[in-house]
Amino acid sequence: MADDKRVLLKIQGLKIEGYSDEKWIEIVHGVDLTLHRGEVLGLIGESGAGKSTIGLAAMGFARDGCRISGGSVEFDGMELTTTPESDRRVLRGSRIAYVAQSAAASFNPAHKLIDQHTEAPVHYRIRKRMESQEDAMELYDRLRLPNPREIGFRYPHQVSGGQLQRAMTAMAMSCRPDLIIFDEPTTALDVTTQIEVLAAIRDIVDQFNTAAIYITHDLAVVAQMADTIKVLLKGDEVEEADTVTMLDDPQEDYTKTLWAVRSFQRPQKSRPEDETVPIVTIDNVDAAYGQTKVLEDVSFDIHAGMTVAVVGESGSGKSTTARCITGLLPPTKGRILFSGEELPASFRARSKDQLRQAQMIYQMADTALNPKVRISDIIGRPAEFYSGLKGAQLKNRVDELLDLIELEPSKFYSRYPPELSGGQKQRIGIARALAAEPSFIICDEVTSALDQLVAEGILRLLDRLQEELDLAYMFITHDLATVRSIADEVVVMKEGRVVEMGPKDVMFTPPHHPYTDLLLSSVPEMDPNWLNTVLEERGVDNIGEAART
Amino acid sequence: MGDVTRIIITRLGLGVLTLLVISVLIFGAVELLPGDIAQAVLGQGATEENLRALRTELGLDRSAPVRYFDWLTGAIVGDFGNSLLTQSSVTDTIAPRFANTLFLAAYAAVIAVPVAIILGIIVALLRNTLFDRVANVATLTSISSPEFFLGYILILYFSVKTGMFPAIAKLSDDLTFIELLERTFLPALTMVLVVVAHMMRMTRAAIINLLASPYIEMARLKGTPAWKVIARHALPNAWAPIINVVALNLAYLITGVVLVEVVFVYPGIGQLLVDAVTKRDFPVVQACCLIFAATFILLNLAADVGAILTNPRLRHPK
Repeated sequence: MADDKRVLLKIQGLKIEGYSDEKWIEIVHGVDLTLHRGEVLGLIGESGAGKSTIGLAAMGFARDGCRISGGSVEFDGMELTTTPESDRRVLRGSRIAYVAQSAAASFNPAHKLIDQHTEAPVHYRIRKRMESQEDAMELYDRLRLPNPREIGFRYPHQVSGGQLQRAMTAMAMSCRPDLIIFDEPTTALDVTTQIEVLAAIRDIVDQFNTAAIYITHDLAVVAQMADTIKVLLKGDEVEEADTVTMLDDPQEDYTKTLWAVRSFQRPQKSRPEDETVPIVTIDNVDAAYGQTKVLEDVSFDIHAGMTVAVVGESGSGKSTTARCITGLLPPTKGRILFSGEELPASFRARSKDQLRQAQMIYQMADTALNPKVRISDIIGRPAEFYSGLKGAQLKNRVDELLDLIELEPSKFYSRYPPELSGGQKQRIGIARALAAEPSFIICDEVTSALDQLVAEGILRLLDRLQEELDLAYMFITHDLATVRSIADEVVVMKEGRVVEMGPKDVMFTPPHHPYTDLLLSSVPEMDPNWLNTVLEERGVDNIGEAART
Repeated sequence: MGDVTRIIITRLGLGVLTLLVISVLIFGAVELLPGDIAQAVLGQGATEENLRALRTELGLDRSAPVRYFDWLTGAIVGDFGNSLLTQSSVTDTIAPRFANTLFLAAYAAVIAVPVAIILGIIVALLRNTLFDRVANVATLTSISSPEFFLGYILILYFSVKTGMFPAIAKLSDDLTFIELLERTFLPALTMVLVVVAHMMRMTRAAIINLLASPYIEMARLKGTPAWKVIARHALPNAWAPIINVVALNLAYLITGVVLVEVVFVYPGIGQLLVDAVTKRDFPVVQACCLIFAATFILLNLAADVGAILTNPRLRHPK
């Protein structure tokens, strides 16, 4: 790996300010960083830690509304903070390249992949257009994209997310840069796709001996990719060490709490022995969007007080199943039963009491709460609608709900959503669902937009509420760590069908259905050799093949 | 391409339907006038006998739906009946005037559209600089001034004071193309000034709106120069709103030019329409309205189709 010990990038005392509310606020407070040629540094931290901002600063770039206010960024002997923008610009793309989080959003929808690939090399006169196209095809091949000679001539919307992410890595390689900044390149991908992209990135960075800064919030991922790990918290460095040391022996308390997050696990409950009627029964449900069939013959039960986790990749029909249960998407075939009673297919035909039974909590608390409505009204409205509470009674009920979600009523009662943090917003989402006094709540990826510590708080809260109120949860997630911590039963979905289901302990013990096996083995683990082991087990050449069988 | 063809055919069908509805409205509006056309034409001093004679002559004794159908089938083959005043064919009266109007609109559009879009790109590139503000204020001033005022100002400076261009845009058959362009320059320029601001501001807004997109940041992080970021990465994705506002302004160039025509004494369809309205020449009014409506619908249709064609998802389905 890093046998060439020359320093490529040296950042010292880097300070960055962001403009908000009419003034400049420091968001990165003096970070140091040294990167040698061919070395991979992992930057890890929660959102707001300043990871991306530091990554971009390594390119001498600050987003609109941000500025580098102090310190030095020295790239291969050139001081970027004092160099004029026109000189810094020619480094970008040619010597320092960037791979963004969402390849789907970062490829221009109006141009073919290969035309975007050749743009920088042609612009810098490093390669002629045809040469660069040939080179692109070779890189696509090395990154194990299917049809490497043809795929570049497609438009971004014609290519899948995992393939786009690899095409973007190829694009970053187009000028053979000395340094690539990877900004959460696999965060938006499913686990089975993530593993392919991780392997591809690691291979290509090795092959060209490119130095890289790998930004992520996922420890297990960074453990596979980085030689050194630096932990950041709110724009400050917490600690830095080589990967093995960092994983085995973190020094700082904050790092230890990050490492410990995945330890929350509540005891598994099992179904009642006798033949009690489940709270929710999904019975042979088919559903379609227009002509496209999205669910086929889906059946499972959810019992009172239990958590059923529905897992699968994006597009597997998890959220569609939720839409069928709530009546937002009437099934084309099959029945939805609540406590043994069949419900009308469409929510329009359901009575108020039937509607009250099933509530939802959404993934993006940001967009699921109206920013112009006070917390008291957000929670109060369903309480008033379903229970007919008014005046002082209603206020008491809202206070009680705020207490239940561990937010101080006097502090939050009359605030607006934008004043709240991500975790607090999600708690409000929970309170809103509880206001209807439901017996069943659908949690649609409720923790995936949150940092791990915050997410754990939400999981603990949901668990406590389940105990106190005897709630049943349907927990939609693609994150198997979440499943491990709170599920009682697991339903695995793929392409609109239920592939396998059963109690959690059974589901997590082999033998599994091959698809369940693929899902489980694709979840990164905190072992730096995990990726190697998995790739070896699967046979490197047919990586991804397994996902399609 | 199957998708695109289907969308275009659907839009075309909807356009025809809209035009049909409008034709009913136009016909109905004339029907709603107090009295009838005969009364309107002959005025208050008409005798019962005269009225009856005229009604028979114009076919007004038939029921409204029958007359509508008659009018519509005529209109489809280009026969709008005869003018009440001159008795000559409405189509023959309108055709040369409409051609003049189209010529003037095309003249103005050929200048205004490229100027507006290029200016829009430049101000997007130089956003929040002095140039941006000056361009904004200048174009806003020109859009907020009434056309006749702009026209007279231009006449004052370009013909009265300097004599560069003629103040009156009278046409005759023996003009060469160059002379024609020179003679109609001032009315065309007036219209350019009226429509440029709208298109320029939309181009600017559409481009700036995209500058926060991740793919624009990506382009910048690839070291793409600023002008290329705008021209190559932002503009191709901004066409849809720009095309729409261009179409709207082209339609205005054709249907909203009455004042300019009056100021420059230009023999266009606008003047004809005003004359026909004051003289209650209903067949001409109806024909003009239908032509205006068709123009609007056709241009908006073209804009829709244009916007669809710039969407790579539709041009290149999965």
